[in-house]
Formats: sequence, C-alpha cells, structure tokens
Amino acid sequence: MTVPTPTPVMHKPRSTWTPGQIALTLVALALSAVWVAPLLWALSTSLKTPTESVAPPHWIPEDFTLESWKGVLEAGNIPNWFVNSLVVSVCVTFIVLLVASLAGYGFARTEFRGKSALMALTMAGLMFSPAILGVPLFTTVQSLGMVDTYWGMILPQCAPAAMVYILYKFFQSLPRELEEAAFIDGAGRWRIFFTIVIPLSKPSLSAVGIFTFIASWNNFLWPFMVTNNPDLMTMPNGIATVQNSFGIVWPQLMAGGIIAGLPLIAVFVFFQSQIVRGVAHTGLAGQ
Amino acid sequence: MSSTTTTLATATTLRPRTATEADSARLRWGRRFQHGGWFVAPFFVLYGLFVIVPVVRGLYLSFTDANISGEHTGFIGLDNYREALKDDLVWNSLWHSVQFTFYVVPMIVVAALLMALIAHHTVHFKWLWRLCFFMPFLLPSAVIANLWWWLFQPTNGMVNHVLGTDTPWLTQKSTAMLAVVIATLWWTVGFSFLLYLAALQAIPHHLYEAAELDGANAFQRMLHITVPNLRNITGLVLALQILASLQVFDQAVVMYQFGPGPEESTRTFVQYTLEQGFTSYRVGYASAISFILFLIIAAVALGRMWLLRKREEGTLR
Repeated sequence: MTVPTPTPVMHKPRSTWTPGQIALTLVALALSAVWVAPLLWALSTSLKTPTESVAPPHWIPEDFTLESWKGVLEAGNIPNWFVNSLVVSVCVTFIVLLVASLAGYGFARTEFRGKSALMALTMAGLMFSPAILGVPLFTTVQSLGMVDTYWGMILPQCAPAAMVYILYKFFQSLPRELEEAAFIDGAGRWRIFFTIVIPLSKPSLSAVGIFTFIASWNNFLWPFMVTNNPDLMTMPNGIATVQNSFGIVWPQLMAGGIIAGLPLIAVFVFFQSQIVRGVAHTGLAGQ
Repeated sequence: MSSTTTTLATATTLRPRTATEADSARLRWGRRFQHGGWFVAPFFVLYGLFVIVPVVRGLYLSFTDANISGEHTGFIGLDNYREALKDDLVWNSLWHSVQFTFYVVPMIVVAALLMALIAHHTVHFKWLWRLCFFMPFLLPSAVIANLWWWLFQPTNGMVNHVLGTDTPWLTQKSTAMLAVVIATLWWTVGFSFLLYLAALQAIPHHLYEAAELDGANAFQRMLHITVPNLRNITGLVLALQILASLQVFDQAVVMYQFGPGPEESTRTFVQYTLEQGFTSYRVGYASAISFILFLIIAAVALGRMWLLRKREEGTLR
C-alpha cells in the first residue's frame, strides 16, 4: 500500500489566516489582555515589598520578594479559612448532588399525591435567595442553635430549587426503556436510580456539582451573616472582614486574594471544557 | 401507576415463574419505600427548614416589632410597611440597586455578545479567549472587591495610571457606583459570554451555507440568521442579570469597607435590610423591607414568564 497523498482540505481551500481572521484575532488578543491584566497586576503586587507596591505602578517587581506570601501563609488565618472553605464547599456540593438528584428523579419519574403541589412550591422557591431572606433565615438558623457552626454555614446552602429543576428536566429527557427493563427484572426504584439513572446522568450531575462548588466556594453573603468567629470563617469572608481590618498591606491583600481564587482557577485550567459545558448547561437550563 | 402495573402484568405472562406469596410480600414491603415521596423527602426537609420556614417567619416578623433576640415582640400590623414607604433610606438604597442594574445589565449583555461573536468567529486560540474572559467569574466577590479597590486607588492605582488621570474613583459620589459597575462587568461578563457562545454554536451551520448560496452577505447573514437565533438566549441573560443585579451586595460593601460609600452613594437595598436587621437589630422592620425587594424580584420573574408565554402563543416558534 502506498502512503496516501495528503488530500487538500475540502472546506477551506485558502489559508485560515485571512486578513479578516488576523484582525479578529488581534482584537480578541487585545480584549483578553485587558481581561487578564488585573489578575497579573494582583500577582505582580503580591511579589513586591509593601513600600514598592505603593510606588508609581510598574509591572516587574524591582525588589522581588515572597515575604507577603509567607506572611499570609504563616502568620494569618488564611490556611485555616482555606480549610473551612474546603469543608463547607465539599459538604454543600455532596449534599446538593444527593438531595437534588433524588428530588429531581422523584419529580420526573414517580407519581404520588401532592406531587404537583410540591413542584409548584419548589418553583416558587426560585424567586427567593439568601439576599432576600437574609434576616428571617438568620433568625431561623439562630433558633436551631446553628449560628457560628459548620452546619449553620452548610445546610442553608443545600436547598437549591434551581438544581432540582435542572436535574428534573434532565431525568425527564432520559429514555424510559432501560429503567422499564430493570423494573421488569424486579429491580426497585432505588436500585434503578443508583445503578442505571445515576451513571447515565454523569454529564448533568457534574455540571450541577461544578456550579454548586463554585457558588459555595465564592459564597460571601451567607457565611458573613452566620458567623463572625474568625476561626470559622471561609476564605471570601475572612479576606473581606478580618484581613482588611489590620490596615491595608496591598501585597498581602493580593496574595490572600490569589490564594482564595487559585483552587478554582487551577481546576479551570485543567478541566476547561467540562467546566465551560457545565456552566453553560446549568445556565441554559434556566430557559 | 397504571403503566407500571401493566408492565408488571406483561412481565408475569412472559415469564414462566409465577409470583409466590413471599414475592408479593416482598413487593408490598418494598412498595412502601418505592413511594416517590421518599425521593423528594430529603430535599424537602432542607427546603422546608431553610426556605419555607424563613419565608413564613419573615412574613410574620414583618408585622411585628421584633428585635434580634426575639424579645418584646408585639404585633403592630402594617406599621413596618407604612414606615418603609416613608423611609427615605429605603427609596435611596432601592434607587442605588436599580441604578446599578440599569448600568450593569446593558453593559454585560453587549459585552458578552461581542466577546462571544469574536470568540466564535476566530479560527485559532478559541480556548485562550474562553480562558481569559471566563476566569474572573471563578473568583470570590470579596477578592474582586479588594482587587478593584486596589486598582481604583487615586494616586498609585493602575486604572488612573493607564488612563493618565487622577480621578478619585472611590471617594467621590459621581464615580463611586461606576467603580462597582466596572468591577462587576469584568467579574461576571464571562458567565453570559459562555451562554452566548453556547447559543452561537447551537445555530445550525447549514443555515449560513444556504444563505451564502442565496447570495446573502455577512451582514445580512448576521441580521437574518444570528440575531433571530439569539433572541431566546438574550431574554435569558437579561432576566438572570436583572434578578442578580437587583440583589447586589458583596462587591459594593467590600469595596467601601461595609460603609455606605461616599456621600452614602453606594448603599444597596440588600445592604440596608441587613443594616436594619444586624446593626439596628430591627428584625421586624428588616423583614418588611425584605418583602418589598421580594415583590420587585417576583414581578420581574413573573413578568418574564408572562412575556415568554405570550410569545409562545403569538408565534409558532
């Protein structure tokens, strides 16, 4: 067999670098630079000494130092807040995935008295948020004795009507044949749910999980309301309240901010396409 | 339930094995937990505790003069609501939230659409645009606020340095809210950008090919294919952004150190409700003004549903 001769590209006989493409790419490049610049500026600031940071702006630190990074990692509460953030976000994501997928499945595939009323109640919940419910939600959590506790931070974030709705829509779109076959073979609903439905739903579940994790990691308002104990604070919370109150040291403030943002950015760089699909999926499901 | 019984019946006729006493007992026992209610129960426990109870409680509190510890609670009817309508700070802070919404929503829609069109039509480096435009969305609001607080510093801030100005962005009334708007645009546009990008990618390619064969130029293709196909997503982006922007809180408070901003120009509505609840300890009053915000949010949400339904009825799309 002879080596096949490279066939000419059928659809685009011309080079892809047309003048239009070059111009468009340059525009995109410029816009991307504007979008990344603030982050690079934060990084640059964090590598300067406090005195250099307030000198007239320049990008490359003349007096390159990791002191601010050491400072926030050793002296401050930041490692502690980081762990708190991780505990809260992981718990929230896990609980949300569990209860929302169960409820979505219950709504999509079972029939029981009062189902439509419960669904209407869930839909109504889409209009409420901690920003609106803040004060009565706080007094409720207070009467449950959960102020200044992990549970108080976690559980109120675990009843997202939107995620139930998204998964309900998804389960409805699954073909029923597989489940029916399993039903005929004598499998109960729970077994069908865990062994057939869940494995089929990985893309949707990961979308919901990613979105929940981002929202929870970045949640500022609720942890801010429910705790003012510096040992229990989450990352966004501590950065905004405690760190600022020590007087402004810009390099430290920027280093702390980068540490708070780093996990999600690192995950994003590696799982870009999944996250993009996940966010677009959960967003579009609102239609 | 009827469909499942018929499938069960077919199953028994198809299979040689007949149901025994034990089988039916197991089925009957199993059926108790097969009830769909068990699936939705865990969610409704949490939903009841942290959504329904607070809503009902808030509604009740809004008719009382409750303080933070719940003592001395007296029923005072509509007094809180009457007071709220006469409270200048209610209107003032509501105006700030509305003002923020008016600025930020059109900016986000236009910027997100332009960015998505650029990213969609470039052949190379698509991943790079996506990475750059979406990355800020992953950062916590507090980090965004600290970062822009730094960028907007009057003497050694990067914004003034780049623009060659010495605007005191954060200390004068005329630019204080604008600073929050710019920070928010930079932060959140990536989300709407992704939605637009997904919508652009979903437009069938053959539409463009057919139009090109029919002699439509790039502008006509944009006007007659892209724009109509993006109408739904624009509605969605608008709705999501309006609802989120009316509830703005984080960026504004952190950028102004939990204060009301220069000449009280950035106190948002959510901030005012929390000030009433947690600083003045007037839980009853705070609940009442929260419900005013809820009514506005609900009006927007229901208004959108009404519009969608009307359009579905009006056209065949």
